Amino acid sequence: MTTMTAQTTQVYSVFIRASPEQIWDAITKPEFTAKYFYGSHVDSTFVPGATFNSWSPDHSQLWVDGVIEEAEKPTKLSHTWRALYDEETAAEEYSRVTWEIEPGDGGVSKLTVVHDRLEGAPKTAANVAGGWMFVLSGLKTLLETGKPLAG
Amino acid sequence: MTDDGDLVFRALADPTRRHLLDRLFERDGRTLTELESGLEMTRFGVMKHLRVLEDAGLVVTRRSGREKHHYLNPVPIRLIHDRWIDKYTERRVSTLADLKTELEESA
Repeated sequence: MTTMTAQTTQVYSVFIRASPEQIWDAITKPEFTAKYFYGSHVDSTFVPGATFNSWSPDHSQLWVDGVIEEAEKPTKLSHTWRALYDEETAAEEYSRVTWEIEPGDGGVSKLTVVHDRLEGAPKTAANVAGGWMFVLSGLKTLLETGKPLAG
Repeated sequence: MTDDGDLVFRALADPTRRHLLDRLFERDGRTLTELESGLEMTRFGVMKHLRVLEDAGLVVTRRSGREKHHYLNPVPIRLIHDRWIDKYTERRVSTLADLKTELEESA
């Protein structure tokens, strides 16, 4: 198998049978992120300039920190990202995560995650590559069935 | 367009399209010009294949200035995995749970 070069911009996308407001809630409320985002609890006021924190399930460890750059409920959220759960990624520069939510036909919305500014965070880039795929499929399953993924 | 499994399977049922995905896996965000180099195919042919991949959600495009970049999106393949493979995982988990109950009861 060919090894993957860490990408400085990564783009992931999924169609979800849910409204943009429901998807926004799933991204910004800890009771939702706990069910699809490795059990993490998101913690932010989601206004530009506010801190963005993601805690371990028991709140003993800060897994990710950052700052909100843009917040246009319910269509766009952008925040910086530094993964603290690993010593090597914690030492890297902040990257950026942007969530774009577009309403579509028949109650189906398109969610796109762009993880960029990864030039100064090669370990993070390699680390999140498979992670977003898992997170987005889990988010879709949760919103469409009300249940977290078994795996 | 939805993430219809039919579109994903149809898109993957072609060696050129799988090759294009492999090339994006090696280096993501390539332009059409970068993707067509090394392929024995017209630019129009490559565009058609990319369109099928995009319709299936396997490739996502982003514009940056005048350039259009192509990104590999593995989420639809993950969803197929979730739909089929998770069934086996669940069974294994429940078998282990049954075994635990049995051992604890007989202990």
